[in-house]
Amino acid sequence: MSFTQMFADPMISEIIIKAILVGFMVSLCSSLLGVSLVLKRFSMIGDGLSHFGFFAVAIATTTKAFDIILNGKQISFALEFEMAVVVLVAIIILRINNSKTKGDAAIAIFSTAGIALGSIIYNVTGNNTMDVCTSLFGSTSIFTISNTDLVFTMIISLLVLAMFVVFYSRIFAVTFDPEFSKATGTSANFYNTLIAILTAVTIVIGMKMMGAIMISGLIIFPALSAMRVCKSFKGVVLTSAVFSVICFLIGFFIACRFSFQTGPTVVTIDVGAFLIFLLISKLKARKKVESI
Amino acid sequence: MPLIEVKDLALAYEGHVVAKNINFTVNEGDYLCIIGENGSGKTTLMKAILGLLKIYSGEINFGEGLTQTEIGYMPQRTDIQKDFPATCYEVVLSGTLGSKKFKPFYSKEDKKRVEENMAILGIEDLKKRSFQDLSGGQQQRVLLARALCATEKIILLDEPVTGLDPIVTAEMYGIIKRLNEEHGIAVIMISHDIAGAIDSASHILHLHHEPLFFGTKDEYLLNQAAKDFLGGENK
Ligand SMILES: Nc1ncnc2c1ncn2[C@@H]1O[C@H](COP(=O)(O)OP(=O)(O)O)[C@@H](O)[C@H]1O
Ligand SMILES: [Mg+2]
Repeated sequence: MSFTQMFADPMISEIIIKAILVGFMVSLCSSLLGVSLVLKRFSMIGDGLSHFGFFAVAIATTTKAFDIILNGKQISFALEFEMAVVVLVAIIILRINNSKTKGDAAIAIFSTAGIALGSIIYNVTGNNTMDVCTSLFGSTSIFTISNTDLVFTMIISLLVLAMFVVFYSRIFAVTFDPEFSKATGTSANFYNTLIAILTAVTIVIGMKMMGAIMISGLIIFPALSAMRVCKSFKGVVLTSAVFSVICFLIGFFIACRFSFQTGPTVVTIDVGAFLIFLLISKLKARKKVESI
Repeated sequence: MPLIEVKDLALAYEGHVVAKNINFTVNEGDYLCIIGENGSGKTTLMKAILGLLKIYSGEINFGEGLTQTEIGYMPQRTDIQKDFPATCYEVVLSGTLGSKKFKPFYSKEDKKRVEENMAILGIEDLKKRSFQDLSGGQQQRVLLARALCATEKIILLDEPVTGLDPIVTAEMYGIIKRLNEEHGIAVIMISHDIAGAIDSASHILHLHHEPLFFGTKDEYLLNQAAKDFLGGENK
């Protein structure tokens, strides 16, 4: 089937529209949270959370324990289960971060343990490598999502956006100078936990499409690119959001066109954009030095 | 009732006491200079006053309607990340957050306050500039403006002139003196630059894990002169 035929087919175009909706919201949320995480030197938390999410997905898909038949209709609570697990991990990582073990060690523990346990589960249950591959690297361009999951995803992502907007000024303050914030009565701990939880839920709703290994790329790269271009926090936040959404759309259409996997394609575009901005800023810096 | 009253305070990191027997008071309009060598416990004391560090023993009381979160704090500049993307306006504006309780967005009054404080410090024209691109002295002024937005009554400054050249240092001391004298804001300033720092202070706390001296500046100078005369162990 050709590219244009794909869109002409109502069944497939519905799938594509759903996929764009999910991808758009996930790219938006992760790029906003990414700014604060990158500046806090805490961007690897995305890796820890999503890799452990892989384990949760493995449990949910192999045991089907969260697929419940209600009035003859099958409803899946897998997404809710995964969200509970990953949010819990986020809270535990922050706890460990506050104690003596350094945060990156805590992240590494969950990151590797998640992948290992998840793979073992797939091995034990004899699932084929296709499943493993999909949950690690994300779906192909044909991304299927049930209507209930789609609604859930939209509600969660709108909540994340709303929280980010409402707490924007405080997120800036605790990211810029946590000590000053604490001293003047803005609890840095509370907002750190909030950012971690919002990151956790964003990762869970994005994981199926983008893949457990790829999703943290959506957190890191748009923020890094935006920081090359903008010098104000607001500018970085807005630019990061715009970059992320544009990179997603480009990546998604390329993935559709060539039947690539969405996650890796989008992240590749993100990386490409980052390299371009890095190069531009390096050239600019060089020009500045020359002109002095 | 003084603004801040510190009684038999001892401070520790993980049970290891770094400063003890601290007693002093700060009244409205005072300018207290806390001096002492590096590592003598000055920053630790300041963190305790701000509630950033748990008190090991003793107490810190606030009076005259001052609460702990209404203290304007200016950290050591080195504590702030170097490549952080933020404009000066964004930084100063964040100083008003403490007084906002649960309101999510900045109000007109907040913005007016920012304008006023930036004007007092002579940094209106830096509003849109990137914080990371400023000189050390300019950054200090921005951080001081932020501190002013967080308080009506008292500011705490940790080594405000470290790393500044002599001219900018003198300017900084001048600004702090003006805030104290003209705007009636009490000042607690930490410094290891004893000679320059105590010039405009009203009170001195000389700290070396324990207070070596607390009293007015004049008493301190007499005390020092006497020690010098007797060849005592000052320094
Ligand atoms: N976070 C910390 N953990 C453990 N010890 C600390 C910590 N911060 C400071 N110290 C120790 O406390 C003492 C006082 O430090 P500080 O208050 O920073 O000194 P000052 O500001 O006077 O230079 C020093 O011996 C220092 O090593
Ligand atoms: Mg110090």
